[in-house]
Amino acid sequence: MSTENLIEIRDVSFAYRDRPVLKGINLTAPRGKVIAIMGGSGCGKTTLLRLIGGQLRPTQGEVRVDGQVIHQLGVDALYQMRRKMGMLFQFGALFTDMTVFDNVAFQMREHTNLSEAMIHDLVLMKLQAVGLRGAQGLMPHELSGGMARRVALARAVALDPMLIMYDEPFTGLDPISLGVIGNLIRRLTDALGLTSILVTHDVHESLEIVDYVYFISNGVVEAEGTPAEIRASKLPFVHQFVYAEEDGPVPFHYPAPDYAADLGLGSDR
Amino acid sequence: MKPPKQNLISRIGHSVIDSIWIMGVATRFLMQVLWRSGTSWRRFGLIIREIYASGVLSLVIIIVSGLFVGMVLGLQGYQTLQTYGSEQALGVLVALSLVRELGPVVAALLFASRAGSAITAEIGLMKTTEQLKAMEMMAVDPIARVIAPRFWGGVISMPLLAAIFSIVGVFGGYLVGVVLIGVDEGSFWSQMQAAVDVREDVLNGVIKSVVFGFTITAIALFEGFDAMPTAEGISRATTRTVVTSSLAILALDFILTAFMFRGV
Repeated sequence: MSTENLIEIRDVSFAYRDRPVLKGINLTAPRGKVIAIMGGSGCGKTTLLRLIGGQLRPTQGEVRVDGQVIHQLGVDALYQMRRKMGMLFQFGALFTDMTVFDNVAFQMREHTNLSEAMIHDLVLMKLQAVGLRGAQGLMPHELSGGMARRVALARAVALDPMLIMYDEPFTGLDPISLGVIGNLIRRLTDALGLTSILVTHDVHESLEIVDYVYFISNGVVEAEGTPAEIRASKLPFVHQFVYAEEDGPVPFHYPAPDYAADLGLGSDR
Repeated sequence: MKPPKQNLISRIGHSVIDSIWIMGVATRFLMQVLWRSGTSWRRFGLIIREIYASGVLSLVIIIVSGLFVGMVLGLQGYQTLQTYGSEQALGVLVALSLVRELGPVVAALLFASRAGSAITAEIGLMKTTEQLKAMEMMAVDPIARVIAPRFWGGVISMPLLAAIFSIVGVFGGYLVGVVLIGVDEGSFWSQMQAAVDVREDVLNGVIKSVVFGFTITAIALFEGFDAMPTAEGISRATTRTVVTSSLAILALDFILTAFMFRGV
């Protein structure tokens, strides 16, 4: 089924037991675009990715991927759908007992009947795209953080998916690796005609490469817009986030009783 | 806010409920592993790899321990049998002790510490570093692809290791009894051959080691899969694997022995 939007999230709520995380989220991701989901730590960004991947079920609303309600699919249909998705985990999540080559070849060997010669060529092409063809024989523990994420990216696009989800792809990277990963996300999205969803709190790097941004705070979409609109936004939350201000709608201090009273000052003691 | 204090009865109740809960989760996990084992048997290479990891890599500790246990049996057995003038029966004593009890039990205890702990740590780390989640997102079932091959690798390795332990142990007993002390070689082997029964002794020993292999590997995999995804969580899970497996081996050994050798 081909609809204009690859992902449509309608009025989705989710709670871990009795702790609500998402409260009536609406979000769409048009095909071929890079969408960023931003917000502070623990605001439910990763939960949203897991809802899209069908790892969690919303308590209310629906998540449609490629026209299908993902949480209504049976196990086989869900696995079929996941073959069309790629996911880049925060620290790569490479299989530590396999070489770089075998990591990228993993899905091809599991899901296709391609010959080893064909897999060899395809893996080298994927690794060439992320600049790591020369590292094919290395083990994951021999890679730097940035290299591991590039390998994970090559693995995520191994079967030419229609969607790639990135969970905090910039965390812990040096400035060079950060730029490399950012450019790769944009380049691969355009070259392969993918749709990318990027969960991040790295504002500056992401605003350079994404097409549209959703800001989530307290379980709701607080703001949305193109990078230019986000940069120009006067909304206090967005302004604080984009310009990394210490205090604002997200307070510096965790809620606490009166400071003087806590120190025992101003009492009879 | 501090949680309300629990009285003793409430705490006992909670721990009983928790234990039953965990047993239920573990049983369901084991059923899933058995149910999804088809991939492992179709792609036997996956199981072979795990037999190497659990079995072949445990060979050194099994052979060295088996040799020493056999040598000690030879010494102790000779001391005792000599009192009654029946030192020719040393081969019988060494072989029966090893095949019926020490082979399966000691090899299982060593297997739990060497391979069981390694399996728990590996699965726990795979969980912590999101490798299992990544596999799931690639539409590959981690239970079928990662857990089941390790399970069958352990179940197949354990009886082989126990058999090697017993064989090396008998050789250790021979070295001390015959070569060192000078017990008659013909009596040593012929009495052993006459007294050790394939069905009563060897087969029962094999059954024991299969049961132990099943138990240890299931515990190790469950502990890894259920571990808290932190360094401390993995450390605790690894310890639990060794402790729970060891206790389970000893308890099961008593139960199995009671059933197997009651008429002997």
